[in-house]
Amino acid sequence: MKPQMITLHINGRTHYVALNPNLTLLVALRDLGYTDVKCGCEKGDCGACAVFLNGVAVNSCLVLAWQADEAEILTAAGLGTSEHPHPLQTAFSDAGAIQCGYCTPGMIISAKALLDQKPHPTDAEIRDAISGNLCRCTGYAQIIQAVQSAAEKMDAGGEG
Amino acid sequence: MKYQVKPLPQVNLPELRTVGKPLRKVDAMGKAVGDTVYAGDYSMPRMLHGKVFRSKQSSARITRLDVSKARALPGVACVITGFDVPNARLVSDMPGQTGQKQRAGSDVPVLASEQVRFYGEPIALVAAETLEIADKALSLIEIDYEPLPGVYDPLEAMKPGAPVVTPPDNIVARWKIRKGSMESGFEQADLIVENTFRIPYQEHAYLEPEAGVAWIDERGAITIRVSTQVIEHFRTIARAVGVRQNKIHIQGTMVGGGFGGKEDITIEIYLALLAKHTARPVKMVYTREESFLAHAKRHPYVIKHRTGVKNNGQITASKIEMISDSGAYPYLSPYVLLYTTVMAPGPYRIDNVQVDAISVATNNPYTSAFRGFGGPQACFAYEQQMDDIARQLGLDPLDVRKVNYLRTGDCTATGQVIESATWLEETATRAMAALGEQTPDYGSVKIGQGFASYFQSYGRITWMHDTSQAWVGLELDGTVTIRAGVPDLGAGQANSLCQIAAEVLGVPLERVTIYTTDSALTPLSGTSTATRQLYMSGNATLMAATNVRNVLLNRASKHFEEEIEALDIADGKAFNKSDPSQTLDLVDLAKMCASEGMHLSNLALFKAPFTDPINPETGQGQVWPDFTFGSFAAEVAVDTETGEVTILKAAACHDIGRAINRAAAEGQIIGGGMQGLGYGLMENLIVKEGVIKTPSLSEYLIPTSMDYPNIQAIILESGTGLGPFGAKGIGEPALTPAAPAVASAIANALGVSIPEIPITPEKVLAALDLP
Ligand code: FES
Ligand code: FES
Repeated sequence: MKPQMITLHINGRTHYVALNPNLTLLVALRDLGYTDVKCGCEKGDCGACAVFLNGVAVNSCLVLAWQADEAEILTAAGLGTSEHPHPLQTAFSDAGAIQCGYCTPGMIISAKALLDQKPHPTDAEIRDAISGNLCRCTGYAQIIQAVQSAAEKMDAGGEG
Repeated sequence: MKYQVKPLPQVNLPELRTVGKPLRKVDAMGKAVGDTVYAGDYSMPRMLHGKVFRSKQSSARITRLDVSKARALPGVACVITGFDVPNARLVSDMPGQTGQKQRAGSDVPVLASEQVRFYGEPIALVAAETLEIADKALSLIEIDYEPLPGVYDPLEAMKPGAPVVTPPDNIVARWKIRKGSMESGFEQADLIVENTFRIPYQEHAYLEPEAGVAWIDERGAITIRVSTQVIEHFRTIARAVGVRQNKIHIQGTMVGGGFGGKEDITIEIYLALLAKHTARPVKMVYTREESFLAHAKRHPYVIKHRTGVKNNGQITASKIEMISDSGAYPYLSPYVLLYTTVMAPGPYRIDNVQVDAISVATNNPYTSAFRGFGGPQACFAYEQQMDDIARQLGLDPLDVRKVNYLRTGDCTATGQVIESATWLEETATRAMAALGEQTPDYGSVKIGQGFASYFQSYGRITWMHDTSQAWVGLELDGTVTIRAGVPDLGAGQANSLCQIAAEVLGVPLERVTIYTTDSALTPLSGTSTATRQLYMSGNATLMAATNVRNVLLNRASKHFEEEIEALDIADGKAFNKSDPSQTLDLVDLAKMCASEGMHLSNLALFKAPFTDPINPETGQGQVWPDFTFGSFAAEVAVDTETGEVTILKAAACHDIGRAINRAAAEGQIIGGGMQGLGYGLMENLIVKEGVIKTPSLSEYLIPTSMDYPNIQAIILESGTGLGPFGAKGIGEPALTPAAPAVASAIANALGVSIPEIPITPEKVLAALDLP
């Protein structure tokens, strides 16, 4: 298989890379150092690898890297830093929504995808939005609470 | 409300500044923004990729193993087989600690070379320049097997003439308890109740598959960055790899979920061998399917209860027999069996107890530690038994339990006196009350409520003589550093130590930084298993911080010209309690101490109670330091046409002694409860002839956000635990009562009980067909 040149715009940085056409976006991102994108199954079962691809949340293990050629990719690390976290990152940290943290980046992507569409979700809508993200540690309650509290903060701060 | 909530005794816990607060855990933000680097995220210069070649047979002799084509493949750095490392063996039943002799032949070959005993058993290791080349190399390994008769049912495996997995026989371990007299116990009984319970495998399904990187550092030490619950494995790894103990350096990472599944050695020895043979860094990350094949499962059990009771429900005799499936190798099976044995009678006061327990080898996937460590299996059986006793006597399930619940000062079946609070009725009535009024039945749907109570140890077996160390130091800018070898699995293991040090040294939590999980650079704190870290390392941290505090108070007493007792430290200042305007900043105090050569740090060692092993004939003696007590309640809707069970409400109430971080404690209760609900209703590892048929997260289903309602977490604080500030442990206990509570609720809805989990729709329908 001959490597193919593609362009990936990730968290505001542009990478020109030569990749095998059968490589998944998940592997490409992790190889480029975006290791906040986690691998839990490589089959679309767990949601740990979720990223935004042109504004749409996808499981990056189900996308081939070349399909993301020229696309804007946003990972959880691209949302904020520990100095300037995204409200979801703050809320997850404060609500006890993070135990081992392995599901967290993907969870936050799914939660943001929901809040982008529905700034005031019900608990049931949050459950639905994160239903493709497995968490083995928390039992979800504090994650749902975190998304609610982020929604409130974002509403009050007019920030998205 | 079904039950009157039992009032709590008066408890006067001192008001604390940091401990108990639901503060942001010190590890949370790094995880939220993606700064935390997990084991599979590391890369090293010139790094190779490692893979494991595994058996595709459950029981066979290897008649030919040819790795020459794999070795010849360009880009392959090395291929290692069992013939290359004949001495690489893992001793798996820790002789001398169980009071049992080490069984002959029970250690595990790191790589099988003559015989394979389970599907997925490692046979060869490959390291190559890329993952693709490593995979290609696996496909070039040639192997011929001569199938051997296998044994897949522990009951079959015990019969004479059954295939023997590892000589001399298939009995891996036995434990027994003898207390009082069976004869007189059953004589006193008005009724005898007998049941057999079947409890299945459970897969940990942590989100992070096993991962790590190893290399040889400039001192010639094999350094292994790995996701593990136990950095002390460096000793076992050294022996298996054939180097000295101080030449193995484990750098544990944040663990992406453990639950016991990363308690045994996972990939460390493979990485060490590959790094040693290639002299290059090697990375290994399991796929999800490989993770399913490679690590242990929770033990399936068959447990038989025969209980004699009086008409008022009082238990006069309890005779219990159990068999667990240890799979092809023992690993921790003897210990897990001990836990199930000792917990088998439940949190009940029983004068006449007899327990006989056997763990049996088969060619099934091997079994070992999983959150609860044999306790959940015991609990499912004893709580279903209690419900059945209530049903047969026409009594309420709580009334039957109330007559028997252990009280402080009572003895367990092994004669261990319980000194802490045993708030069983308190927790049961609160959990049930939290469910509120029962939803009425509708159509074909029947509603039921039920609960389960439990006791579960925290801390390791006392004859293991467990210790933990922690180092606490005050820096010259008034910040605090902790060094402790604790692996952090996400339960707040590291954070709770920070909250304790912050409390004792009177600084805000943000000023505390902890360095953890390094077998060479942090004091060894022991394993993150057995619900021991808060108890053990929490106490070690408390001791170390208190010693530093005493130095500070001593110096401050000179400064203030006051007795030490008159002083306190809070908000970064020492002050005079009777005149809080008289303060001395910690920074200034630290500088005074430093310039006068006073020690601003302390390394403390905390020792659990040390005991002798239990009596091998009677099982009498102390087994653990103490127990956590609690209850779980659930309301279910059972569709009698489809067999489908929906959990409508769930609540868990535990006496955790003292919450160190309230949000983290709730997280344990809810998350552990959810794993227990999954265990009771949906998690179904299908194993046929030793082969796991459900090796993915789309086949082995674990609870999603859609499956179960929020578990209401009710925390009680008796302050009577052996941990810091009176804390008990909650990591494992959280899981234990959930599955039996759901089973009780289902039985309450249907009027028949189902003695086997997971309670799938098929089992519900089958139970309804019973006459
Ligand atoms: S790794 Fe992509 S869904 Fe699991
Ligand atoms: S926090 Fe561990 S999987 Fe979600």
